[in-house]
Amino acid sequence: MNEHAAIAGLAYKGMTASIGLAHGPFVRADRATSGGRVAAAPPDEQAALRTALVSAGHEIAKLAESVGGDGAEILEFQVALLEDDDLLDPIFAAIDEGVPAHTAWSSALEAQIGDYSAAANEYLQARSSDLADLRDRVLQILRGGESEAPRIPSGAVVCAEDLPPSRFLEIDWSGGGGLALLRGSPNSHVAMLARARGIPMVVQLGSVPANARTALLDGEGATLELDPSAEQLGLFERRQDLLRQNRASSRAILARPTASWAGEPIKLLINIQRVEDLEHADAQYADGIGLMRTEFLLNGQSGLPDEETQYRAYDAALRWAGKRPVTIRTFDAGGDKPVPGFTLDGEANPFLGVRGLRLCLERPDVFRVQLRALARAAVRDNLKVMFPMVTMPAELEAARRLFSEAVDQLQSEGVPAALPEIGVMVEVPVAALAIDQFDAAFLSIGSNDLAQYLTACDRTNGALASLIDPLQPAVLSLIKHIVDHGRHARRAVSLCGDMASDPRCVAGLLSCGLRELSVNPSALALIKQTIDGLSRGDIRV
Amino acid sequence: MTLESANGQVVTGSVRLVHAAGMHARPAVKLTKLAKKFQAHIFIRASDAAEWINAKSVAKVMALRAARDSIIQIRASGEDAEGAVAALVDLVAADFPDNAS
Repeated sequence: MNEHAAIAGLAYKGMTASIGLAHGPFVRADRATSGGRVAAAPPDEQAALRTALVSAGHEIAKLAESVGGDGAEILEFQVALLEDDDLLDPIFAAIDEGVPAHTAWSSALEAQIGDYSAAANEYLQARSSDLADLRDRVLQILRGGESEAPRIPSGAVVCAEDLPPSRFLEIDWSGGGGLALLRGSPNSHVAMLARARGIPMVVQLGSVPANARTALLDGEGATLELDPSAEQLGLFERRQDLLRQNRASSRAILARPTASWAGEPIKLLINIQRVEDLEHADAQYADGIGLMRTEFLLNGQSGLPDEETQYRAYDAALRWAGKRPVTIRTFDAGGDKPVPGFTLDGEANPFLGVRGLRLCLERPDVFRVQLRALARAAVRDNLKVMFPMVTMPAELEAARRLFSEAVDQLQSEGVPAALPEIGVMVEVPVAALAIDQFDAAFLSIGSNDLAQYLTACDRTNGALASLIDPLQPAVLSLIKHIVDHGRHARRAVSLCGDMASDPRCVAGLLSCGLRELSVNPSALALIKQTIDGLSRGDIRV
Repeated sequence: MTLESANGQVVTGSVRLVHAAGMHARPAVKLTKLAKKFQAHIFIRASDAAEWINAKSVAKVMALRAARDSIIQIRASGEDAEGAVAALVDLVAADFPDNAS
């Protein structure tokens, strides 16, 4: 994007996806080229590639023994490529000049793949996928094979074209760090994860050099500075100090009693992606958990999670909360959250496809296990369960039936179980408009998807970021419609989308009548401070 | 592309590619495996193409995209150049038999 071109020297401008500041080693982590690998010195890189090529050769030879026929022929072709000096010499020469092994290997293979896929002949075109396979096999081995934790140093400013959520979750963010994406979108799932963890993130940076030693990332200013000068560093440290002071003063507010506005108490709950998020220093000040996502359970190494694993995770959150309420959302897979072995492949429009509750009802084998685990957890009476992507009342009733069956089944097995309060996550426009048709104990507005579906804008598409503004009148008036119904029907309504964590949206949401917001733990202090400011009149609505 | 070798002697040969599918993966693998058994520098080209390519590189041999009935020309230099050209001509003429590599 031209308007995001370099601004001065080695500084690059993009769009804000998550605020905050990061200063650390600059690490490129493009999936296709590195998968999070950190390059060593050239001789070690060459040795690493040589070892990877030998291992790949062994793997393929073993595979060839078990297939035979055309398959074996193609595998022999792959082995021959691994021993082709004309192909390998330029790769080793590039590494000698400082190119990381994974980059040198994949760019050479990319060139071959490009040649084959451009061929007129179908046979040759088909070879391009064999080459892609070979490329990935070697990359996988270079990365450390058994998908161990990637070697991205903690605290790094990670830069990639784009980053799938699974990769984000593999990176160790415990020491801080930041994320700089050349493409990407502020509305993507990864951006949500970054905001939840308080990791600064900038998207749409366009093009950035592949190599730099250190970087400064400013989430709010949406800038990336590579190999900063002493002057740049000085300015950055001053901004960092200011931010720390600001955070300290808003954190002091956390310990004070519940926020209120217009004489009514405002409940501030937190959204968590996984149980470990409760370790966030601010989490203890929340009025409860407004959204516990459960998709993290689907990303395990050993396939879909069993009942016991799930039960332990749910019970841990409920125990943490004590008497405070915990709303757990059933699996919301699909859309931009594909899960191998669960979500459907090849949907033309996954956001409009079989996702959320739709998928769970299609796959009762998977859903029943989750409902059993939830029914067991519900013995602690602070549990509430909600279903995502509900479109029709019949879906809610079908899910409720499955849930009741799970409770009956458990009880007949002599296992303590209960049916918790059941609610609906309101994110499909038809459900929002006809909300009075749903027999739900509580409603939680999923403003990210609601805004996406109302504006007909793919929230992962950065080019549409300005159209998907959740503060536009139609989005707010639909939120008000849901809140009004809740007041009238005496059903609790909360909002758990990113709007709730965005201080610019808080006044609008309170004006819609919302009195319960569920925010990221890292935004809790800021939102409480914002509400305080609004009720004191420091900030005008 | 240089063909000068230690003893400067260049041996050439040519053969028609009879393989039905042209120079596909299997023939290319067999050809390069055989070529690698020789010390000689061996280059081939198809149907008078401008560029000679290394017969020991499977990537390059596949990239020839030699079709059925094209003439494969072979040039080799080095100690065992003669044997290399003869062996490769036989391999292509015999349509890449399984016992040849």
